[in-house]
Formats: sequence, structure tokens, C-alpha cells
Amino acid sequence: MEKYTKLTGIAAPMPLVNIDTDMIIPKVFLKSIKRTGFGANLFDEMRFNRDGTEIEDFVLNKPQYRKAEILIAGDNFGCGSSREHAPWAIADFGIKCVVSTSFADIFFNNCFKNGILPIVLPQEQVDLLMSDAEKGENARMTVDLEAQEITTSDGEVISFNVDAFKKQCLLEGLDDIGLTMAKADAIKAFEDKAAQARPWV
Amino acid sequence: MSPKTLYDKIWDAHVAHEAEDGTSLLYIDRHLVHEVTSAQAFEGLRMTGRKVHAPDKTIAVPDHNVPTTLDRADPATMTEESRIQVEALDTNAKEFGVHYYPVSDVRQGIVHIVGPEQGWTLPGMTVVCGDSHTATHGAFGALAHGIGTSEVEHVLATQTLIQKKSLNMKVEITGKLNPGVTAKDITLAVIGETGTGGGTGYVIEYTGEAIRSLSMEGRMTVCNMAIEGGARAGLIAPDETTYAYVNGRPHAPKGAQWEAALNWWKTLFTDEGAHFDKVVTLRGEDIQPVVTWGTSPEDVLPITATVPHPEDFTGGKVEAARRSIEYMGLTPGQKLTDIEIDTVFIGSCTNGRIEDLRAVADVVKGKKIKDGMRAMIVPGSGLVRAQAEEEGLAEIFQDAGFEWRMAGCSMCLAMNPDQLSEGERCAATSNRNFEGRQGYKGRTHLVSPAMAAAAALTGKLTDIRELV
Repeated sequence: MEKYTKLTGIAAPMPLVNIDTDMIIPKVFLKSIKRTGFGANLFDEMRFNRDGTEIEDFVLNKPQYRKAEILIAGDNFGCGSSREHAPWAIADFGIKCVVSTSFADIFFNNCFKNGILPIVLPQEQVDLLMSDAEKGENARMTVDLEAQEITTSDGEVISFNVDAFKKQCLLEGLDDIGLTMAKADAIKAFEDKAAQARPWV
Repeated sequence: MSPKTLYDKIWDAHVAHEAEDGTSLLYIDRHLVHEVTSAQAFEGLRMTGRKVHAPDKTIAVPDHNVPTTLDRADPATMTEESRIQVEALDTNAKEFGVHYYPVSDVRQGIVHIVGPEQGWTLPGMTVVCGDSHTATHGAFGALAHGIGTSEVEHVLATQTLIQKKSLNMKVEITGKLNPGVTAKDITLAVIGETGTGGGTGYVIEYTGEAIRSLSMEGRMTVCNMAIEGGARAGLIAPDETTYAYVNGRPHAPKGAQWEAALNWWKTLFTDEGAHFDKVVTLRGEDIQPVVTWGTSPEDVLPITATVPHPEDFTGGKVEAARRSIEYMGLTPGQKLTDIEIDTVFIGSCTNGRIEDLRAVADVVKGKKIKDGMRAMIVPGSGLVRAQAEEEGLAEIFQDAGFEWRMAGCSMCLAMNPDQLSEGERCAATSNRNFEGRQGYKGRTHLVSPAMAAAAALTGKLTDIRELV
């Protein structure tokens, strides 16, 4: 995974609550056995008509948001299925950070595995960022993971929390399977103990 | 020792390593695998030269893409993309040596129905799968949850998952259920109460007399939809009902091992005085047969209610409700029992078990579905199908006018040819009513099997209590 660097970019507002993974990437696009190429179908049914033409008033089709790298979203973003195709599509589109008042658990974890930073903030601060995002392409925000701060286009600074281990993995682009395999002794010790305690497993 | 919840006990029994900040390696007892979320994970192993750490604890079955028509042995029944995905699972299962139930095996079915049926799922286990409805297995008092494909690869390679512990939430359903009210109504009513984000950050333990009185099938229905309430997992403490279900299944322990297992399973309950971070209590007597009106599983109302007005809500839900009502083609104030249905789907990991099919047969026996109705019954596994045929249920369904299908996920998520067309309206026993879930611009009302059966007969959303 690439190292996560300080990001300055356009933020797109999507205030709708409960945006689910079927909206993010409909199941007709889950049939690929690759991890790439899903960005073209991100938010497919909200973004395109059946004939493939764009739905003009969808936020990412508006000229000022076509190159958005940050998404400011309504509550409970990413609810529904465990499909990692959702963060794959978001990342493939070029979005590297999503801000909301809450995320669904599996989606939240999946983001970190794909170089996307999901940030949870209180309603007031999400509202403030939503207003900032609504200003369009001149309103660039900066997301500094290292410092755990978002700076709005007006220079207002908002701090955010992030799990220390997940932060380290993003910043250093770590392969967490490799990290876990380095703990093979602990896993083996657990297996030996469990084989005694619960031999039927 | 301080009192522990059931979740605390299972968690503690599976921590293989814990860092100072609480980041833990949770050991995984069973890893279930299906074709949609695993190909990239196996490919990742191949690219890094890694092996499956515990093939004996890994069980694969194709379910999402498989056709449910009788001629499905013919590869032409699948689109090329679906066929590639199913073939990839076939190749990966054989190459990495994991347990495998191919489409041609009578035991094939939805992974969350096959696991319990074959005795892979046992109390006190940790169970994961690249599928959010892994929550189903919580019915056995197993800590079970969905994971993404990167995590599938992590579990394949290490048999562990990097986790931080969730908070404890108790959902208690007291008292008894009224006639016509089922496990599906319980789980929908809870989501109606808590919202789809109400469980975020928690593992739910369902307790109370109404839960205890449920069969294993009913408990699986309840836990299945814990994810729809946002929870990482749902749990029900094992008891005699659980042991009776598990005993004798192909991969359940036998003899002395059974006795040893039973001894441990009997310690799997929440201690008196254990702390829950959140508690929700519903009276079983207050729960009515329910139906969803919108495009979120939290859009739940009793069947006797009317379509709400967006202004009934607050905050972001006002706009979401307006959008849902428009998408669903409904009018605020309209009676739910006036909503006409053209399709009925009975099946899925939520309601595709034998008890669900019996409930349907009770309603439709000797009757005919409404003229022009497209009504499909898709058993959750080949063994459920075989049992339904043995009990004479299949004949009842076919006489009533239902299509009697082969096992798979089918129209729950419509990755196979079973789909709604634009504008079609379906009463479904599945778990998600999201926009486009059952087909592009299709409209879904989530209901219990009995309510779906009733809708098939009348052509409208119907209060089951008026039919029986």
C-alpha cells in the first residue's frame, strides 16, 4: 500500500444519510475478480442513467466536484454489505478521505486497508465541513493525518481522532498480514493451548 | 473475578496476542468463504507466495451467483462473469485444499445456512466470512461477523484478525409473542427502534423470554439482521435448544469430545451483574407483524400503519424519507395494506430455512396465489430443499402456483438471473430493501415468511392475522 500523505483537495458534499454499499457500488459490478477498475461505476445508479449518460445534478457529475478527493457525507455512511468493492471504487475514483458523523463498522475497517482515511466528527463539525464543501472547487480542504487535523478553506482547523495502529499502517503503507505473520509464535502458542482446551474445534 | 458478558467470555478465549493499546489478534475458529469476496484474497496469497494457514478450518461454497433454476448444471445458465467467479472459487478451493461444497453437491447452499447445517458452527467459536450476514451464526453463541476481502486474505494467511474489542449492548425481548408475530418481526422491530446505526460499535446480545422461546431457525433470523442495526455481531447464549440442534451434525463433536464441549458451552452465558454499555428492551407483546415501507431496514412499521410523511422525521432523515417514498412510488398517508405487490421472494440467509418454508406452507396450503403474481421460493440449501420435498411442502407450493427453486442467495441481492425489473414491487423475506438491491429500480418490502405468503395470495401487503 502507498504511504498516506498530507492531502489538499476538493471536498464533495453528500449530505444524504445511510448511504449504503449497494449505492456506492451496485452488485452488477461485483463480478470482477480484480481489485481495480471499480471507480468508473462508483455510485453508479445515482451517477448515470440506464443509457450510460450522466445524471447532471449528482454531485460528482458537477464540474466543480469531478476531481473531488474528499467526501463529506451524511450519517451512517457505508452501511450494508461487507463488499470491499465499495472502498475499491472510492479509491479508484480518487477519493482518499471520507468524513461523516458515523460509519458502518466493516466499511470503516475496509477503508484503512485501501488507503482511504475515514474520519468521524460530531454533527456540528460535519455541518461546517459540509458548508465549506458546498462552496465548490475553490474551497480546498487539507487533511493532515500526521497532525490529525482538517483545515477548511477559511483556515479553520478541526482536530480528529484516529486509532494509533491504523494511523501508523496508513502513514507507513504497512502490509498488516506481514505484521501479523511476524507474530507467528504467539499464534502457534495460542493454537497449542486451544487444542488442549477445546480439542473439538 | 469481575462478571463478564457472553461476548467478553468468547473474546477472552480467542485473543492470541494483545498490544498495549488493546489492538488484538483474534484467533478465528471457522472461516467461511464464498465466490464474490474471496477471489482477490486467494490471488493475494498467490502473489505473495503465502499459504492458507488452516485449510481444515476454512469452508467454501458458491452461493451469490449461482442460478436457482433446475437446469443450472448447464454452464450456459450463468453469465460469463458469474461463471468466472464460481470457477475461480472452484480452482482456489482445490488448490488451497479447503473444505468445499460445489454447486453439484446436494449440501450446497447459502454459506450461512450450510455452516450451521453441517455442524461447522458451534457455540463459543469465532466465525468470520467475507459477508456481512455472517452475524447469523451468533444464534449459536458464536462470535460471528462479516469482514472485507483484505481481511479474508489476512485470515486465510494467519487464521487471525486484527481487532479492537467492541462495546457490549443488550437487546432484551421480554414476555411472549402474539400469534402471527415471528423472529423476523422481532429483528425488524428492534432495527425500527434503534435505527440502522444504533448498534455501531457494539456487539449485541439478544436475551429475554421471547428470544429463549425461539427455535434455532428463529434465532438465526434474529442474529442475521444484527448487521442491519449496525452491530458488529449479534449473540444468543447457547442452551438446550442449541445443543439439540447441533448434536449429531456431521462436523459436531461426538462421544467424549461432545461431553467436553458441552461442559464448556454451559459456561457461555452473561454473568449476573455484568456491564452492558447500552440496553434496549422491547415487550414481546407489543411487537406486531411489521413491514418496511422505505429503502432502509430501519423504515419499519406495523402492517396496520400508513406510509409516513417526510416531515414526521428530523435531521437528515427528512430528505432520506422523501427520497425513499419517491423511489418506492408511495404516497404519505396511504395504508400499507393498500400497497399492491407483483412479486414475492421467499428465501435468503434470513428466512431460507425449513421452519420458514413450513410457515409459508401453513398459509398457502390448498390455496392459489393471485393471478399474474410472480412468486418464488428458494430454499437456503440443497438439504433444506430435500427436506421440504420429503415433508410434502414442495407440492403445496407448486399447487399454489409458486416456483420451487434450487438453493442460493437468489433475489436477495440479485447477482444471479433472479432479479426485479424496473418498478416491480416485491414482498421479500430477505434482509435489505436498499435502492436497487433486488434489481435496478426494483422496490422491496421486507416481511416475514408468513406475511410474504399472505401477500402472494392477496396481491397486496397483508396482515397475516386476518388470514389465519
